[in-house]
Amino acid sequence: MKSKNMLIKVWSMVIVFGVLITACGAPAAQPATATEAPAMTEAPAATEAPATEATGKMFDGVTIDILAYVGPQVAEPLQRRGPDFTALTGATVNIITVPNSEIYQKVLTDAVSGTNAYDGYLFAPSWIVDFAPAGLIEDLTPYVEKDAALEWDDVAPFFRDFNSYDGKIYSIPLDGDMHMVYYRIDSLAEAGLEPPKTWDDYLNVAKTLNGTDLNGDGEADYGSCISKAPAKQAYWWIWSIAAPYIQSQGNTQGAFFNTTDMTPLVNNDAFKRALEVYKETGLYGPPDETNQDVTDSRGLFLSGRCALTLDWGDIGPLAIAPDSKVIDKTGAISNPGSTEVLDWDTGKLVPCDATTCPYAIDGVNHAPFASFGGWAGAVNAAVDQKQKDAAYAFFSYMSQPAQSNKDVVVGKTGYNPFRISQFEDKQAWLDAGFSQAAADQYLSGIEESLNSPNMVADLRIPKNQKYMQVELDRILSEYIAGDLTTDETAQQIYDSWEAITEEEGRDAQLTFYKGTIGAK
Amino acid sequence: MGWALSLLIEFIIMNTQTEESRPSRLHSVISNAADRLAGSVFILPTVLALLFLSLFPLIASLYVSLAKFDIAPGGFKLTFVGWDNYKKLLVGSEGTHFLGKFAPGTPLTWIVFGGVVIALAIFLARYLLNARVSIGGLIGRVLLALGSGALTWMLVHTLWNGGRLGTASVTLVYVFVGIFFQYILGLSLAMLTVQNLPGRRFFRVVFLLPMMITPVGVAYMFRMLTDTSKGPFTPIWQALGLVDFSWVNNAWGARTAILIADVWQWTPFMFIVLVAALESQSIEPLEAATVDGANSWQIFQHITWPAILPVSMTLILIRLIEAFKIVDLPNVMTNGGPGTATQSLTFHAYINWRALDIGASAAVAYMLLFLVTFFAMIFVNLIRQRTVETL
Repeated sequence: MKSKNMLIKVWSMVIVFGVLITACGAPAAQPATATEAPAMTEAPAATEAPATEATGKMFDGVTIDILAYVGPQVAEPLQRRGPDFTALTGATVNIITVPNSEIYQKVLTDAVSGTNAYDGYLFAPSWIVDFAPAGLIEDLTPYVEKDAALEWDDVAPFFRDFNSYDGKIYSIPLDGDMHMVYYRIDSLAEAGLEPPKTWDDYLNVAKTLNGTDLNGDGEADYGSCISKAPAKQAYWWIWSIAAPYIQSQGNTQGAFFNTTDMTPLVNNDAFKRALEVYKETGLYGPPDETNQDVTDSRGLFLSGRCALTLDWGDIGPLAIAPDSKVIDKTGAISNPGSTEVLDWDTGKLVPCDATTCPYAIDGVNHAPFASFGGWAGAVNAAVDQKQKDAAYAFFSYMSQPAQSNKDVVVGKTGYNPFRISQFEDKQAWLDAGFSQAAADQYLSGIEESLNSPNMVADLRIPKNQKYMQVELDRILSEYIAGDLTTDETAQQIYDSWEAITEEEGRDAQLTFYKGTIGAK
Repeated sequence: MGWALSLLIEFIIMNTQTEESRPSRLHSVISNAADRLAGSVFILPTVLALLFLSLFPLIASLYVSLAKFDIAPGGFKLTFVGWDNYKKLLVGSEGTHFLGKFAPGTPLTWIVFGGVVIALAIFLARYLLNARVSIGGLIGRVLLALGSGALTWMLVHTLWNGGRLGTASVTLVYVFVGIFFQYILGLSLAMLTVQNLPGRRFFRVVFLLPMMITPVGVAYMFRMLTDTSKGPFTPIWQALGLVDFSWVNNAWGARTAILIADVWQWTPFMFIVLVAALESQSIEPLEAATVDGANSWQIFQHITWPAILPVSMTLILIRLIEAFKIVDLPNVMTNGGPGTATQSLTFHAYINWRALDIGASAAVAYMLLFLVTFFAMIFVNLIRQRTVETL
C-alpha cells in the first residue's frame, strides 16, 4: 500500500514536470510583424464596375473594420453609407468609434503591437508624419492613380497636399476643415454692430451683446461661445486667435516655430495677446465654458444663445437644419485678424504697414487657420491585400463626388467642403435648404481662407500630437483655470515644446517643419 | 530539474529490480523525498503562473518607466533613458503637474510642518528608547518619517497662499476625504438599519444600489446634476440665485463635486460590510450593558466599536488601495479640469499613455505604486499594533 502511494506521488510529479516542460518548450506562435508589408497587388478601386451577381462581387466575404471618431458627426456618414457599399462591392463594413482624444493612441497601439484590429483609420491627416515613416499606413498613391472615380484633381490643392507626405498620398480626404467665425446677423444689426474684422472687434461685439436676450425667451444670453474644456479643442482655438498676430509674411513664414532655429513662437507679445483674447472671451460666455467642448458651444449657438462663435465649417449646414433656431440669422466670415503683428526679432507687436503686413486687407492682417485638416481615411499597411483593397475602396467611395457632394451639405455629417466642385456647384447647397445669400457667404468664407496667401496650416511634424494635444492643451487649461499668469503660460509652453524638440532632434524637426510649410 | 531526473532514474532502476533485491534504504529515501517535495511540486505550476502574471508585468513596466518609447519602422523601439522619466516628474517639466506649484511658506506653513516634524521625531525617539529595537524596524520607521515629512512639505506648500495641488496631492485628497465620509456615512446608515425599524430591509437594498452602477454612469449622472444651466436641478439652482455659477469653474468646487459622487458610490460598500459586522456582534454583552444602565453612546464606545474595529480596519484598507486608482469620475465629470485641478495620478498616467509617452506613463504608475504601498504598510502596521493591544 505504501509502495503504491509512493508510486502515485512520484508519477504525479513526473506528469506535472512533463506538462511544465512541454508548455515551456512549445514553439510560440509567430506574431505578424508590422515590418512585413505584403506585396503590392493591383489595387481594385471602387471605380471598377462591380461584378454581376452571377460571378460574385468584388469583395464578397470580406469584412473591414474602420476606426473612427465617436461622433455623432463624422461616423454617421460611414455608418449610413456602409450598407450601400456592401450592396455595391460585397464588403461588410464595421465602424468602430472612439473619442477624439483616443484615436491617435488607438491607431498606434493597434499598429505597433501587431494587433491589426483595424483595416482602416479615419484620423487627422497631420498625424501622417508619425505613421508613414514607420510604415504603419499604406502608400495610397498607386491606388489613387488607378482610381478615376475618386477625381483626385477635384480635391482642393491644399487638401491634396495635406494628405500627402514626402510626395506620396497616404490618406483620402472625406472632409475639409477651416476655422471660421459665425455671428448672429439679426443681433449685430439691431445693435448697429459690424461683423468683427479683428479679434479686438470680436471682444467688443461679444461684450456689447453679452447678457442680452438673443432668442426671445426672456433670458440673458451670451456674447461669445468658444469651448474651453481640457482634452477637447482648446489647443486649436488658441491658434486661430494667435495666427494673425504671429504670421504676416505669407504661409511659408510659419506660425508655430521660428524657421531659423526651431524655437517655439509662443514666448512673445503676439502669443500672449492671443492668450488674453481667448481668456477674455470666457467673460462673455456661459458660466461652465471651461468644461464645455465644441458640441456644447455649437449647440448653444444653434439654439440662439450666442452672438458669436468660433467653429469649423459645420455650423453653416447645421444652421439651416429644421431644429435650428438661427435659420437665416447666421453669418459666416473668415477668422478675424489683427492690426498689429509680431516683430520676430524683438518679440514685440508692431503696427501693420506695407512692410510688416504685405497681405493685409484694409490694414488688418488675416491668417486663416486650417485647423485639423479634415477627417481623412488611411489604410493599415499590415493587413492582407484584400483587406487593404476593400478599405481603400470604401474611403474612395465615401470621398467620390457622388457621395461627398451630398454629405458636405448636411450638417449632421460633420463633413465640410474640400472639393473644387463643392465650391463651384452651389445648386447642391440650395437644394439642401441654403438661401442663395447664405450659400454665397458660407462658401466664400471658406474659399477666402483656402485661397489666402497667408493661411496657416495645422502643425504636421513628428509628435505634433504631443506638442498640441498634450502639452499645449494641459498648460492652456491651467491658464484658463487661473492657475497660471499669461507670462507663466507662455514660458511653460515654450519650455515643454523645447523639451519635445530636444528629444526628437532639433535639426530633424526643423527640416520637417520647413518642409511642411514650404519654407526655404 | 536535475534532482527530479535523478529521482526518476532511481525510481526506474528500483522498479526493474526484484522485490528481494530492492534496497530498503533507497525505498525509504525516495519515499521521504516524494513526501517532502510533493507539496512544492504540485504548487509549482500555480506559482509560476502567478509569477508570470504579476511579477513579470511589474518588472517589465519598471523597465518601461526607465525607457523612451518611439515608433520605428516595423513597430516600436524602447530606448533606455535611466531616471529621466522620474526626473521629469520630480524636478522637470512635469514637476508642477505631478507635485503641484509650491508657494512661499507662511507662518501657518511652518507651524504645521514644524508640528509634524516634532511628532515624527517623538515617534522615532519613542521607538529608539524601546527595548525591542531592530534594524528592520528602525529602517521602516525612518522611511515612514521621511515619507510623511516629504508629503507634509508638499501639502503645506501647495494647499494655500497661491500654491496649487499636483496630481499626487489631489489623489490624496480624494482618498482620505472620500474614505472619511464614506466610513462615517456607511457606519451611520448601518447603525440605522440594524435597528428594528419599519422598512429596514427595503432601505438596505436601496442603499446598495449606487455601488451597482458603473462608475462612468455615476459620473455622467453627477455631471448632469451639477450642471446649473441644463441639469435636472436647474430650477433649484435658479431659485438659489446660482444661474451664473458653475461647480467646475473653481478647483475646489470641481473636486467637491467629484468627492460627492465618489462618496455616493462607495458609501454602500462600507455600509453593507458594517451591517454584517454589527449584526454578527454577540447579543449578551449588549444586554448586560443595558441591564447595567449603560447609555447608547457608552454601549457603542465600549462594546460595539471594539467589536467592529478589525472589520473597519480591513474595510478601510481595501477602500484605500482602491481609491488611489480613481480615474473615471474626474475623466467624465470635469475632464480633469479646471486646468489640472481634478486630475488624479491614474488620470495623469492615462494622459501620458494616450500620447504614447509610455515611459512617462509607467513612471507615474510607479510613483502611484510607491504611494499606495507606503500608506498600505502604515495601515497594516496600525492594524497589527491594534490587534496586539487588543490581545
